[in-house]
Amino acid sequence: MIRFTDNGLYCEAGDFHIDPWRPVPAAVVTHAHSDHARPGHGHYLCHEQSLPVMRARLGPQQFQTAGWGETVMRNGVRVSLHPAGHIIGSAQVRVEYQGEVWVVSGDYKTEDDGLSGAFEPIRCNVFVTESTFGLPVYRWRPQEEIFDEMRTWVEANRREGRSSIFQAYSLGKAQRIIEALRPYEGLLFAHGAVLNMQQALTEAGWDFPRVERLTEHTAMNIRKGCVFITPVPVGGLRVERWMGPNRSAACSGWMQVRGNRRRGEADKGFVLSDHADWDGLLAAVRATGAQKVFVTHGFQSAFSRYLSENGVEAGEVRTQYGGDEEDREDDAVEEKQEKT
Amino acid sequence: MTNAQPNNPNVPLRRRTGFRDFAQLLHQIGETRETSAKVEWLAAYLKEAPPSDKAWTLGLFTGRRLRRMVGTRQLTAWLAEWEEMPEWLFEECYHQVGDLAETLALLDRSPAPQEGMEGDLADQMRMLSSLSSLEDEEKKRLVKACWSGMSAHEKFVFNKFITGGFRVGVSAQTVIQALAKATGLEASVVAHRLSGNWDPATTDVDALLQEGSAGQDLSRPYPFYLAYPLEAALESLGRPSEWHAEWKWDGIRGQVIRRGGQSFVWSRGEELITDRFPEFVTWMEGLPDGTVLDGEILAMRDGRPLPFSTLQTRIGRQKVSARQLREAPAGFMAFDLLEVGGQDWRERPFTARRVALKALVQAAAAGNFTLSEGLDITDWSCLATLRASARENGSEGLMLKRSNSTYQTGRRRGDWWKWKVDPMSVDAVLVYAQKGHGRRSNLYTDYTFAVRDGERLVVFAKAYSGLTDAEISTVDTFVKRHSLEKFGPVRTVTPELVFEIGFEGISESKRHKSGVAVRFPRILRWRTDKKPADIDTLDSLQALLRRTQV
Repeated sequence: MIRFTDNGLYCEAGDFHIDPWRPVPAAVVTHAHSDHARPGHGHYLCHEQSLPVMRARLGPQQFQTAGWGETVMRNGVRVSLHPAGHIIGSAQVRVEYQGEVWVVSGDYKTEDDGLSGAFEPIRCNVFVTESTFGLPVYRWRPQEEIFDEMRTWVEANRREGRSSIFQAYSLGKAQRIIEALRPYEGLLFAHGAVLNMQQALTEAGWDFPRVERLTEHTAMNIRKGCVFITPVPVGGLRVERWMGPNRSAACSGWMQVRGNRRRGEADKGFVLSDHADWDGLLAAVRATGAQKVFVTHGFQSAFSRYLSENGVEAGEVRTQYGGDEEDREDDAVEEKQEKT
Repeated sequence: MTNAQPNNPNVPLRRRTGFRDFAQLLHQIGETRETSAKVEWLAAYLKEAPPSDKAWTLGLFTGRRLRRMVGTRQLTAWLAEWEEMPEWLFEECYHQVGDLAETLALLDRSPAPQEGMEGDLADQMRMLSSLSSLEDEEKKRLVKACWSGMSAHEKFVFNKFITGGFRVGVSAQTVIQALAKATGLEASVVAHRLSGNWDPATTDVDALLQEGSAGQDLSRPYPFYLAYPLEAALESLGRPSEWHAEWKWDGIRGQVIRRGGQSFVWSRGEELITDRFPEFVTWMEGLPDGTVLDGEILAMRDGRPLPFSTLQTRIGRQKVSARQLREAPAGFMAFDLLEVGGQDWRERPFTARRVALKALVQAAAAGNFTLSEGLDITDWSCLATLRASARENGSEGLMLKRSNSTYQTGRRRGDWWKWKVDPMSVDAVLVYAQKGHGRRSNLYTDYTFAVRDGERLVVFAKAYSGLTDAEISTVDTFVKRHSLEKFGPVRTVTPELVFEIGFEGISESKRHKSGVAVRFPRILRWRTDKKPADIDTLDSLQALLRRTQV
């Protein structure tokens, strides 16, 4: 029912693509990250909560939105969107035709982060899953534990008169961190890429704590010990000069591994991801009851082999999501353009 | 990034409990990039730690290697069993993480303890040293029991201990500074007293650090003084008359000690290698008591240095055969004198040390114990000419030492400079890539390069360093997208990327397919302007080989 083509996942009966990487007439887009929502398609179908950021990133396009579980017909094919829990408005795409059901999960996480909607397991015949963190060394702790550690760290830095820099992807983790640091409203500052997302979401009615731009006019007593959220390291950014003494932390699932923590530019790492961990991926696959699983971007070969050895027919699919085997989880290139 | 504060408020003050504190300390210093903060935290820890824990901490941080107490295969098999996980999946994880101890710590799911591992570090180490003598089943039970009582980062440290690979990103310099801070002693004094032969299990560190205790360990070497490469113009050094120049020899840096009627030879890696050089015995016995020499161990015949590849046949051999002694005789090229009559001479000016050294070498009158001759430098320009002829003299460049310089500790700028000849280089193509370890785990950073031989590519060198982080990340992406085959951690890639590979020496080798072995290969630069068709050939390598053999 769905073929893997050079343009992306294609449903012939319904004549539409899902998250295509080349321009096509009709696209169903799971979420607004740039490796999934690309410019140039004739028509976009996405979840209504995805629209504000899609617009902010892609400009005016032919958008059509749907609510959770709402059926959209395409040439007799039933299409519906269901929460993927990855970022705000991120959806799994359920496609049903002549009694067969496929679910394309896009990117997802199984922990409910309180913003993105709780991941909804959907029974299907065929499940297409990501595998960004498809190795058992990647197991996450509950986000509340991580948020507690973040707040403790900010406190400790403030006692030393230092600012706290969080490096986190501007769409997704940035919003979770901002929400977790609500007690510091008034001291929250961010990089332009984060502010743009915040503005788009606020205009759409989301309620986040106030986050501001840090400039040379920001009062001295506020700058010292402030919190700064940025998708890129601040080294070389103008804002670095205005921030004063600080400590930095990279926030990503990759921070699970010591080598990654030490290699980056940050002082420390918080293990916080918008992707499912190993247990989450396995649980999601099992919950679908799918007879056949296609594994996309991430540790495809290990994850699909493990599934096959455990009684689930699984195959690897090459896609252009995540850029590569090891999805860097961010659009660093895109956001570096903000560098001044 | 300034003003390190000593006490990290992330860690509430509490009763010191040995192993847990040590693990916590490691975790804590892993959370900052500022050396000053690391020093502060280490110093605070060292002030508080009980003496036996202090001994272990210092021993571990200054590179005393632990014995591997449990085999990798065993641990892998146990973990796979406990976690009901196929071994191939463990291997995948290991390749991704790049560190065995950490992979095990991440994969083990023993329930998180309420209370961590109790007991002090020394107890823990005692327990561990008895581990290797246990039956396998008993070992297995004990490892599991330990893991069950540990937090994730404690598990990591514990695993580092039992796998015998304790190396964590803290430099010896940082530790020495911290100890100096904690004890109020000079860093150079601390460095000296910590060097040499001492066993953390039996040593009273406080006594070790006390004045006058040096005599207790006759073998104790001085920390080596290391030179930085000269980057500035010669003229910036001032007048040539204030400097002393000599050849830079390519062998093993070593310290020769004669004290209390005994002789010791130390390598720069603080390894006692006396027994590997039996030909030194005679002249060492003739040295006055209380003498310490600094110099280079070289393959040498009749006082003339032989190529490094000759010495290489001696490295790593504990027992030396009569044939080796005949074919690869070793000698000592002395260039400094650190102790005379039991007195520390390091604070005296270089010229004074050298005069005494010269007299000493002359008095010994032994064939393969020689003095590294001074070179005549009346003006800077003649020095450049000398440097250009270094290879013909069997050396790898020049050393420049300020005439009135003291003998310092560790790598320092200002008074000693090394000025090596430019490396030989060829353009080669990347053919294999492997993921790195530690800081570079999970990126393809270890590369193998090939030159052309007609239509074939011949592998000739491996190199790990020389690219910027940005370049590494680009190459990494290339490797992932252009993999041809995968052999465990190694990937073969389309031969497309061309690099200029530099090396310090080249010699014939029967073990290498290319027939040559190169010394210290490294990437000089990425030749994005070149295509694989433009790379050098095996003939160009052989031409280099012939040139160095004259």
